[in-house]
Amino acid sequence: MEKSLPIPKNFSLSLLRSETARRLLAFGALIILIIAFSLLSENFLRFNNVIGIFIATAVNGVLALGVTFVIITGGIDLSIGTVMTFSAVMTGMFIAKWDMPIAVGVMGGILTGTLAGFTNGVLISWMRVPPFVATLGMMYVAKGLSLILSELRPIYFYDTPLFREIAMGNHFNIFGQSFDITYRGYDIPNAIWILFAAAIVGSFLLSKTILGRYTFALGSNAEATRLSGVKVNIWKTAVYTVCGTFAGLGGVLMASRLNSAQPALGQGYELDAIAAVVIGGTALTGGEGTILGTIIGAFVMSVLANGLRILSVPQEWQIVVTGAILVVVVYIDIVRRRQ
Amino acid sequence: MEPILRVENITKRFGGLTAVNRVNLEVNPGEVVGLVGDNGAGKSTLIKMVSGVYHPSEGAIYFEGKPAVINTPSQARDMGIETIYQDLALAGNLTMSANIFLGRERKKKYLGGAVRILDEKFMLQEALKLLETLDVHLPAPSAKIEKLSGGQRQAVAIARALYWNARLMIMDEPTNNLGVIEQAKVLDLIRRLKEQHVPVILISHTMRDIFAVSDRIIVLHRGRKVADKRTSETSNEELVQYIMGARDDFEAARA
Repeated sequence: MEKSLPIPKNFSLSLLRSETARRLLAFGALIILIIAFSLLSENFLRFNNVIGIFIATAVNGVLALGVTFVIITGGIDLSIGTVMTFSAVMTGMFIAKWDMPIAVGVMGGILTGTLAGFTNGVLISWMRVPPFVATLGMMYVAKGLSLILSELRPIYFYDTPLFREIAMGNHFNIFGQSFDITYRGYDIPNAIWILFAAAIVGSFLLSKTILGRYTFALGSNAEATRLSGVKVNIWKTAVYTVCGTFAGLGGVLMASRLNSAQPALGQGYELDAIAAVVIGGTALTGGEGTILGTIIGAFVMSVLANGLRILSVPQEWQIVVTGAILVVVVYIDIVRRRQ
Repeated sequence: MEPILRVENITKRFGGLTAVNRVNLEVNPGEVVGLVGDNGAGKSTLIKMVSGVYHPSEGAIYFEGKPAVINTPSQARDMGIETIYQDLALAGNLTMSANIFLGRERKKKYLGGAVRILDEKFMLQEALKLLETLDVHLPAPSAKIEKLSGGQRQAVAIARALYWNARLMIMDEPTNNLGVIEQAKVLDLIRRLKEQHVPVILISHTMRDIFAVSDRIIVLHRGRKVADKRTSETSNEELVQYIMGARDDFEAARA
């Protein structure tokens, strides 16, 4: 009797091709961009510019982290841009209009995102509204509510200077203990640490917990997952809720960074986030993706925007180049997979 | 000996179409029952009622002697009825052990249960032990399922069912799309299930496979059971006549 089943040829080679190469592709693009921009402009690698890139990545990165989960399930969330705005406006309402403590405003802002994500999840799982439609609806609803609550005007945090410190300060205040975070005299704003903390949490959720396992399972074979006795509706809702929570965090970061909640901002951010996820090697067809890839994807986008700006490329052309790079990266990935 | 599964006068209608019409079925411990019939004869509908995917329009199911109400696939699995679907209910992007434990993951608890982390090591070791008992050796145990061959996937699906103490295994076209060697391996797996006294309902178009492993063969034709024969007492020619509807003497013989 035969001892083992036939092995596909070049097994380990094909594994290498799929797993590692995916990440290398986005990473390679990032390195090439960094090298190119630093050769073309001596200002590119200046400390302040690098910090600027990181800060610019923070909000898009946090949004992209959340939507990575959704995309791995094979779904989509178009609402994260305006949900981010809605969360920022809610934070503004709590702190600047209702005079609540900053902590309440921050929690309120994040939970606003959570609630929006939960609503998306319920619509998609139990009411069977396609993700595209449900989250498109939420996109409009969140945008409208932001405008209504703010009465079409930005909400400023002038009376609470500490709020701006959340993103732009360089120390944490935990239980009355203040921790300065400076590196060789350089200031590294909190927003950057928050991005990395969020990425670590996201990575933990995705690779170590049952939520992550079912996120992949749903995108891989939703029917098989259901037949395995997994309560698919609950977990799908959980995934959209996680995504909304990250959007809520993005809203708080955005408000803190701008020291204001800008109700007209936000639409289009969801597409930047989705682009970052896709550049990072997450398949829109579901079942595949990594947090590391998403973070790299988010950096590709902000390095590109920053570098082109430094080279004085007009903003209109920056948008054109970003779109072209997105398609090229995904196309290379498709060609590589076909082989 | 009491049958593990007894299906009485079960009927399934979809609108005006009667997919399964008053079928009786018994499966005894350690028995491999072949279920054959042309496309649309009602084989899949019949087993989907047993595995909780469809609800019978009429009739009753008894499992281990007790009336069984099976509303969902997970209820069926909790009772020990494991179905290995034609399209293989495995998640291609997950590893072998993740698939075996899908829906019943083992977790390690930290901080008094507040943080629960998947116990990958335990799940991989258990899965490998199990494959060992089936005499299946995977070249790269932590590879994604989609990287495995059809036969290896089939083995994982069977291992998964066994791990969760299957009391009855239902297999829908398990040798479809497999190479010759892999087909033989899958049939060997079915014999191993039999050795472990796990009864199997085997659906197949391949009469050779059915004859190779089954103890009894049931033929469906247009939703009705038209034959129920011991494998040793029938022939390919005879069964083909039943499958084609050229011969229909079952109810007459019973009367």
